[in-house]
Amino acid sequence: MKIIADTGKCVGAGQCVLTEPALFDQSEDDGTVVVLNRTPEGELVEKAREAAHVCPSQALSLEE
Amino acid sequence: MALLSSLYRLSVTSWKEVMTTTEKHEFPMARTCPFAPPTAYEEIREEEPVSLVRLPDGGQAWVISRHEDVRTVLNDRRFSADRQHPDFPALVEGEAASRRPDEERFLIAMDPPEHGPARKAVLGEFTVRRLEALRPRIQEIVDGQIDALLAGPRPGDLVETLSLPVPSLVICEMLGVPYADHEFFQKHTVKVIKQSTPPEERWAATAAIQGYMADLIAAKEENPPDDLLGRQIVKLRANGTYRRTALVGMGFLLLVAGHETTANMISLSTMAFLRNPEQLAMIKADPAKTLDAVEEMLRYFTIIDVATARLCVEDVEVGGQLIRAGEGVLALGYSANRDPRAFENPDELDIERGARHHVAFGFGPHQCLGQNLARMELQIVFDTLFRRVPGLKLAVDVDELPFKDDANIYGLYRLPVTW
Ligand code: HEM
Ligand code: SF4
Repeated sequence: MKIIADTGKCVGAGQCVLTEPALFDQSEDDGTVVVLNRTPEGELVEKAREAAHVCPSQALSLEE
Repeated sequence: MALLSSLYRLSVTSWKEVMTTTEKHEFPMARTCPFAPPTAYEEIREEEPVSLVRLPDGGQAWVISRHEDVRTVLNDRRFSADRQHPDFPALVEGEAASRRPDEERFLIAMDPPEHGPARKAVLGEFTVRRLEALRPRIQEIVDGQIDALLAGPRPGDLVETLSLPVPSLVICEMLGVPYADHEFFQKHTVKVIKQSTPPEERWAATAAIQGYMADLIAAKEENPPDDLLGRQIVKLRANGTYRRTALVGMGFLLLVAGHETTANMISLSTMAFLRNPEQLAMIKADPAKTLDAVEEMLRYFTIIDVATARLCVEDVEVGGQLIRAGEGVLALGYSANRDPRAFENPDELDIERGARHHVAFGFGPHQCLGQNLARMELQIVFDTLFRRVPGLKLAVDVDELPFKDDANIYGLYRLPVTW
């Protein structure tokens, strides 16, 4: 799986970071998403799906 | 120009009148049970999920009642958040006439391209990581208020000793607002959010808080202190975008949005835990579950149901219904959060259900900026309160509790507890 984040769409709600801090962080400057690990494996795959589902701005897409 | 715009308004009004006269419901609807949305929500959601309602000033708006449609509307730029626009749906009679379209908008009423940069300017203060650094201080504040509760009379009022002071103290410290002044803005905030406040009084209360904020910010300009407002001055000056009026608006919004909301969630959730001891037992046994419980409480009560109103600015189809430019919509968060399509047995309080896709903080670009602060405050309060006061119980029956049926933000005026 590959995570693609669109920081233009991101509204910095941090829902992804709450879902999985091993995959996501937020920029100190403007709060938008920083993907820490673009190619999750194992249990993290499910976490990436959950993050994409709760993200309020559809800023996260997943290539399976 | 004036002629053009009045012509435009005329034409909008006339086809609106032609469009329909068949609303079945008036809006807003009062809650009749503190634990459930207005009863008509279910009927609307099942029978005509996108339907017209009549507003207090005689106008109409579309209510959006299903979870999927609510998320779609709130994340679609063709719906504007411009609350000062003359056609934005008015939930209080006479409110539309008091609008000031020329006035600077608060963040919550901005649209692109203005909204994104204004939000991003302050977002750095609310990242999950940044908030984690505040955790020890928030814990201290919560412990201090629980000390005060325990030292006070029995029964005591949880709203006054815990629910209101905790979020007020936290947001005041973050912003760099002296807490000594909280009574002043508390008094005015109540007027800003009470439905029955006449529009002129609401503007006066808003102006009072803004005046206060303007003085405070002016005083910080010379030698900006290391608090949120001070850091904003430095940051915005550095990129050449600092304007005092804009920061006053942001400070106002954070102050007002940052304490009543969380306070009401503390009161309602505490009451719900006390009425559902088996759910309470779960978080006591395993505090790792508290954050899930916070999400479920947010979903279950959805204290801000109608803040997520919008104005359609370009024709869109939602749930099979065409909505035209110029028409108002009300994306009903409380209905969405009780939609069985999104939540199984939605009327049950179940902290283990996995409720994170609720829309109690809204959805899309305006989704609550303070949500992770609110989550942390609620988590710390529940973990600490029930551990330190294991014998906590309600001092009156639930049907004697004063619920905020007349406020735009649902909650409790008082919560008498004993232990
Ligand atoms: C449990 C507590 C809270 C609830 C239920 C809540 C709910 C909401 C909702 C539903 C919206 C979206 C309005 C819309 O889409 O039109 C919103 C926006 C907002 N909230 Fe909250 N809120 C809470 C706590 C807070 C706190 C603690 C703060 C600040 C410290 C805050 C600051 C804001 C701001 C600034 C916005 C506007 C964001 C924007 O327009 O981009 N809220 N909130
Ligand atoms: S959840 Fe979505 S909007 Fe929020 S920070 Fe993550 S990517 Fe951005």
